[in-house]
Amino acid sequence: MSAVDHAADAHHHEGPEPGLLRWVFTTNHKDIGTLYLLFSLMMFFIGGTMALIIRAELFQPGMQLVDPYFFNEMTTLHGLVMIFGAIMPGFVGLANWQIPMMLGAPDMALPRLNNWSFWLLPFAFTLLLSTLFMPGGGPAGGWTMYPPLMLETGQAFPFIIFAVHLMGMSSILGAINIIATIFNMRAPGMTLMMMPLFIWTWLITAFLLIAAMPVLAGAVTMLLTDQYFGTHFFNAAGGGDPVMYQHIFWFFGHPEVYIMILPAFGIVSQIIPTFARKPLFGYASMVYATASIAFLSFIVWAHHMFTVGMPLAGELFFMYATMLIAVPTGVKVFNWVATMWEGSMTFETPMLFALAFVILFSIGGFSGLMLAIASVDFQYQDGYFVVAHFHYVLVTGAAFAIIAAAYYWLPKWTGNMYDEQLGKLHFWLSVASVNVLYFPQHFVGLAGMPRRIPDYAVQFTEWNMVSTVGGFVFGFSQLIFLWIIIKAIRGGVKADARSWEGAHGMEWEIPSPAPYHSFQTPPDISKVMARGDAHS
Amino acid sequence: MKWDKRLVAITSGLTGGLALAATPAWAGLGELNLPYGVTSIAHMNYDLNMLVLWITIFIGIIVFGAMGYSMYYHRKSQGAVAAQFHHNTTIEIVWTVLPLLILVGMAIAATRGLVLMYDTDNADMDIKVTGYQWQWRYDYLGEGVSFYSKLDEQSNQARVLGSSVRPERVDNYLRNVDKPLVVPINTKIRFLITADDVIHSWWVPDFGWKMDAIPGYINRAWANIEQPGVYRGQCAELCGRDHGFMPIVVIAKTPEEYKKWLAEEKKRQSASEGAEQAAAEPSPAIDVAQTQS
Ligand code: HEM
Ligand SMILES: [Cu+2]
Ligand SMILES: [Cu+2]
Repeated sequence: MSAVDHAADAHHHEGPEPGLLRWVFTTNHKDIGTLYLLFSLMMFFIGGTMALIIRAELFQPGMQLVDPYFFNEMTTLHGLVMIFGAIMPGFVGLANWQIPMMLGAPDMALPRLNNWSFWLLPFAFTLLLSTLFMPGGGPAGGWTMYPPLMLETGQAFPFIIFAVHLMGMSSILGAINIIATIFNMRAPGMTLMMMPLFIWTWLITAFLLIAAMPVLAGAVTMLLTDQYFGTHFFNAAGGGDPVMYQHIFWFFGHPEVYIMILPAFGIVSQIIPTFARKPLFGYASMVYATASIAFLSFIVWAHHMFTVGMPLAGELFFMYATMLIAVPTGVKVFNWVATMWEGSMTFETPMLFALAFVILFSIGGFSGLMLAIASVDFQYQDGYFVVAHFHYVLVTGAAFAIIAAAYYWLPKWTGNMYDEQLGKLHFWLSVASVNVLYFPQHFVGLAGMPRRIPDYAVQFTEWNMVSTVGGFVFGFSQLIFLWIIIKAIRGGVKADARSWEGAHGMEWEIPSPAPYHSFQTPPDISKVMARGDAHS
Repeated sequence: MKWDKRLVAITSGLTGGLALAATPAWAGLGELNLPYGVTSIAHMNYDLNMLVLWITIFIGIIVFGAMGYSMYYHRKSQGAVAAQFHHNTTIEIVWTVLPLLILVGMAIAATRGLVLMYDTDNADMDIKVTGYQWQWRYDYLGEGVSFYSKLDEQSNQARVLGSSVRPERVDNYLRNVDKPLVVPINTKIRFLITADDVIHSWWVPDFGWKMDAIPGYINRAWANIEQPGVYRGQCAELCGRDHGFMPIVVIAKTPEEYKKWLAEEKKRQSASEGAEQAAAEPSPAIDVAQTQS
């Protein structure tokens, strides 16, 4: 039962304001969560369209559709849109919806800040995408924006930098809010080591964001001053150093890749116990593994730069540190498998996506381990093998986790069960096509195809065709997902408060759909914990 | 459940079938792995690649096997009742320490590999490689021979948007140049790699490495080629609009034939000295310091 005390909170609104302005002025964590999730979905489709343009051009050798410069704009914007527009806001949207509900809190700690951190994003991405129409075209130096190439950008240059600043600000504000909420708004009696893993992973992710995003802001600001104010940070002819940019960028960039996967670890750690009907195996070791991954993520950045000509000692240090990350990552995978072991499993759509996550993310981890071997990386680096690696960890890792989370919590958000048969169709089409799309990229990469090229030698034709077909099937399959969400919002079988038989946790104690203010008085967690939600 | 199985069959059949139907020829399907290559570095990297690949396949079989076992035997539809255990310190220590040991083994092998790659001393000859948008320049240091090398004319015509020349009709489409680099076999060649404008990367897979060409830096790498032949590669670092169109071709000859080629090249270059000198740009990465002093 929800513990809503109307009398004590008479000044609170019972529900949302009517009209469209609700969405502009809202300080409600659910409204803002919805905005983030819809924004993320829109960016998935925009970034996905760019990806399909890339794959269409790569269907066969020769230039058929676009100019090479436009192709480079597409790869650059695809990367920026997917990372900063789709994956990160997707996770923040989930955090907004779930963190207060899972902590037993009424809302986020800093609701106005919350509104602002979302509303920065539409402006950031309008700016970013508008650069496509500026004189000289949009950014075409890759999402990594390496100088000197990046400095060849036309009039779009300062707009791109400003857009990146806005995205970074949005992330930092969001992270501050999440930390404040987790430290201050837990239900009485809920210790840190009682928190669900989704909360734990987001807490650690928020610290990574606060540490990493200002570094990116610094790097792009130095690009800006190099371009317009006569500094020579990265200009060799002026005594600067183009490699220094890469060090600074990847000091942000590697933590960034973990920003995009730690919350996914949390989601999968919620879903697998539910559908295995068994408590999560190794709760404490999951927390410690997450923390060690976060720490290690700050000392491995130069594995992205093995071929810049670092001294031998540097190569060795970054190789060893990178290989070390495989240990806590392995612990996580083993824990998930042990959670399934002797469980009582069912395979609803969220579980299917979570299981696919475990397998396909591991494959991405395996190729990561291969890339960590520095001497062989002199072959892999900047080839399609790397492209395959990071799409396995980001698409079948991060994006699959977001999709799994959406299916898992949709009943709680909308009050309706989604269409399970359509969900399964979506899953099987996605999982089959995504492998057709990315697995062959390992092959062409090993065989010598560099990344970020609009055209290729004819021996790479066959696997590129296969990959493109997979890409189009994958892309269009996501329309089923869109349809399922719309359908669930409009109606369907009513969901119970506990929408899944094996689900445990505070969010399943309140009705579905969840009331506008989740918990207006602190819940009694002893009741929840007594049923086996205490972890350790 | 039936619906599920049908779905699996239909979707995987459909995507797989579509993908294969789109495939006109089969030769390219054999492009699967790193080349074994023609230098000791390439062989070593191939072996390391296979070693780690097999280790990950082995771990994958165990992990995915255990997962598949649970998914099959511990299904609710089979009447499985969930156990309630949630930790086991012994096994958690085992699966932390065991991977660590495997990693130490891999690290030792990998360290040996890196040490070999970094041993650029005692080279028999030096070639300076400079990346430009979008061509390469090669300087045979101490020989007075140098030239530019860019995409060959046939590829250049075929790569235009909507070109009537089919890439399949072009010899080594995008992997051919107007003037290839010529080097001797059985000679330790040191490459000094730099760039004049933006960052490029010089990559010939058969040699086993790529090395970034960075303005202001002179990176070192080496190759001792075992067999005569033509080795092809291309730029591997995004360097602007025509990044996909700056190939590398290296012709390896026996030392005798190489000497003959070098002598002819010297003669040819000194004959056209005056014209060349006016045309050849100085390569700034080195010359910046000289012009400033
Ligand atoms: C076992 C864990 C992992 C290891 C050992 C690992 C290792 C590596 C290495 C060595 C590279 C550089 C390869 C190169 O450029 O030559 C790389 C690239 C990359 N990795 Fe991972 N990785 C791991 C997990 C992840 C995860 C979890 C993510 C994100 C969710 C990720 C995302 C990326 C991305 C985006 C790149 C390419 C960046 C770029 O150049 O644009 N990796 N990884
Ligand atoms: Cu990294
Ligand atoms: Cu290039």
